[in-house]
Formats: sequence, structure tokens, C-alpha cells
Amino acid sequence: MTMLHTVNKSPFEKESLSTCLRLSEDGSSILLIEDAIYAALEGTTTSDSIKNAMKTRKVYALQDDINARGVQDKVMDGIEQVDYAGFVNLVTEHDTVQSWV
Amino acid sequence: MKFSIQVNEGPYQHQASDTAYMFTKAALEAGHEIFRVFFYHDGVNNGTRYTSPPQDDRNVVNRWSELSEAHDLDLVICVAAAQRRGIVDEGEQERNGKDGNNIASGFRISGLGQLIEAGIQADRLVVFGD
Amino acid sequence: MSEVKKFLYVNRRAPYGTIYAWESLEVVLIGAAFDQDVTLAFVDDGVFQLTKGHDTAGIGMKNFTPTYAALGDYDINKIYVEKESLEARGLTIDDLQHLVWEDEDEDWAEKDSIKVVSASELAEIMGQQDIVLSF
Repeated sequence: MTMLHTVNKSPFEKESLSTCLRLSEDGSSILLIEDAIYAALEGTTTSDSIKNAMKTRKVYALQDDINARGVQDKVMDGIEQVDYAGFVNLVTEHDTVQSWV
Repeated sequence: MKFSIQVNEGPYQHQASDTAYMFTKAALEAGHEIFRVFFYHDGVNNGTRYTSPPQDDRNVVNRWSELSEAHDLDLVICVAAAQRRGIVDEGEQERNGKDGNNIASGFRISGLGQLIEAGIQADRLVVFGD
Repeated sequence: MSEVKKFLYVNRRAPYGTIYAWESLEVVLIGAAFDQDVTLAFVDDGVFQLTKGHDTAGIGMKNFTPTYAALGDYDINKIYVEKESLEARGLTIDDLQHLVWEDEDEDWAEKDSIKVVSASELAEIMGQQDIVLSF
């Protein structure tokens, strides 16, 4: 069974992202939405944890949330950006969705 | 595919209702079916018709009502959470002796069983919260 | 009716500071009537929902935690608590309520409902679910 994990809170505000990383299996996918897109930025204290996750999980981020927050130029390599249609596709492509709020 | 959506937060305070709306709209545009949108916790506050947000910003409640009408969506507000937070339809008004009701068009109030059923009947359930 | 689905309820928040813990339990209790395959997970601050000895009189709130003891009667007996979350908070299983269920297949023998599992064990359990409810 494939799992899509969505995370919506900033890693600097809550531990939802770190808990998600701890409890997501290899081969699962992670989608960063809303304030969690800050985890996709280069040069932060959480960048390495995402880079590490990317070795065994695919990491996506919602482009509209990145653009809204004006940090498009700071997103690290390797994060695939999707729009809301892409978000819907990710849900259909995985068996289950788990939201880390 | 058939989706069910759970919205755990109220309008404006958190982005959850916005993201849920955008997701629901995108799913409909892609030809998917929305089995139910279930509003829980403060999410029930998306169902009051008495909001008057500034004109130059989105109207979260009306947007849900309009989407509901355009696509015949089932927008369900949890009765227990609604009773705690004061979202009332005519039935609840009478049952609880209130002097009015405030439910927005396109929404209905029902029990938590509707959420479980939404999970059972849909292919995917997506939760939007904080 | 349709097939039985695996429902997972994920609890990550402390009680009282917010309503999520109590309203999540309300879903579990109503959901019990639907005869699905139910699992509860307590992670991060969610582990505090299960600790013993809550006295809420001073904060003027209802103590809903005695309700966890009823879960066994509703056939809710797969309750996983993450070891890492307990340890980070200086807790052990002895700090938690002793939740039990009666196994009718073994002459109503009383069994523990709570299992403390590692993050990797819990990740595997989570990966098997059909529907995940987060609060």
C-alpha cells in the first residue's frame, strides 16, 4: 500500500514534519502544503532532514503556497512542485493519505 | 474516483478551509466525484451565513455554498461540534430552544456517523486541519 | 454493505489545551458502531491523553479521560503508543491508564489494549491503513 503524507505546518512552528519523517516508510511520498513549504527551502536548520528524506521518499511541495509566500527562488533542488490538480493526482496515485496537521 | 474531505478548522483563522476548497474544486474539475465534505471541530464555523468579510478578499462561506450548489455537493456539519459552537439550523433551533438559526445555504447538520460513512464509501479521504 | 476498511485514528495533541483529544474520542465511539477494523495511535503529545490521574476540577473542564476505559467494550483494542514519544516526555507505560479488553475467543480472558511500539513498528502499522483520520 502506498501512502501520501501531507504536512501543512512550518517545521519551525510544530514538530509535525519531524514526526511525519519519523513515521513515514521508505517508498512513501510527502507533500508539503501551506506553511510546511518552508521546509522545502535551502539553507535552513531543517533542510538536511528533508534532503535525507529524499533519499528514500519522494518529496513534493504545493507551488501555489510557495509562490504565495514569495520564496520560489529559495526552494532546494529535488523538490517536485505541483499545483492543486497535481495534489489531486497524487492522492489518486497513492492508496492512502495521511495528513500531519 | 470518489473523494471525501474532512475540514477541521473554521474560515479565515487557518488555511485549512481554503486548501480544502481548492482541492475539492480541482478534484471536480478533473472529473472526480466528491462523496461528502464533513466539517468537524471549528470547521463547523464554515457553515454560518452571518459572516461579512471585507469585499476585497475571498468569501469563504459563500464560496462553499456556491460550489455546493454548482455541483450538488453534500456539505455536512457535525451536530455535536455545531452545538458547542453555535451553528444552528431550523431543526436544532427548535430542539434546543434557540431564538434563531444561522446555517449557510448548501450545508446540513448531521451526526458523526456521516464522517465514518464518508470514509467507508469513498476511495480516498483527505483531512485538512491545523 | 461495502467491505471492512482499516481505520486509523491519529492522536498527537495533549488534552484540555485544545479540544482535539476529546472530539477525536467522540468520533472513535460513534465509529465503533460501524464494525470497521479500528486502530488508535498516540504520538507526540497525544501520549498525554492516556496518562492516569487527571484532576480537571480546578480548570473547570470535564475530565473525559475515564472514557478511554470503555474502548474495550466497544471492541476497540488496537491502541498503539509510540515509544519515542513516551521517552521524550519522561513517561513509561506505567504512567498510562491500564486499558483492557475481553477476548471472547479465549473465554473472555482480559488482555491489554495498549501496546508500546517503536517508530518503525508504528510506521509499518500506519502504512497498512485505508483511512487515516487526523485531528
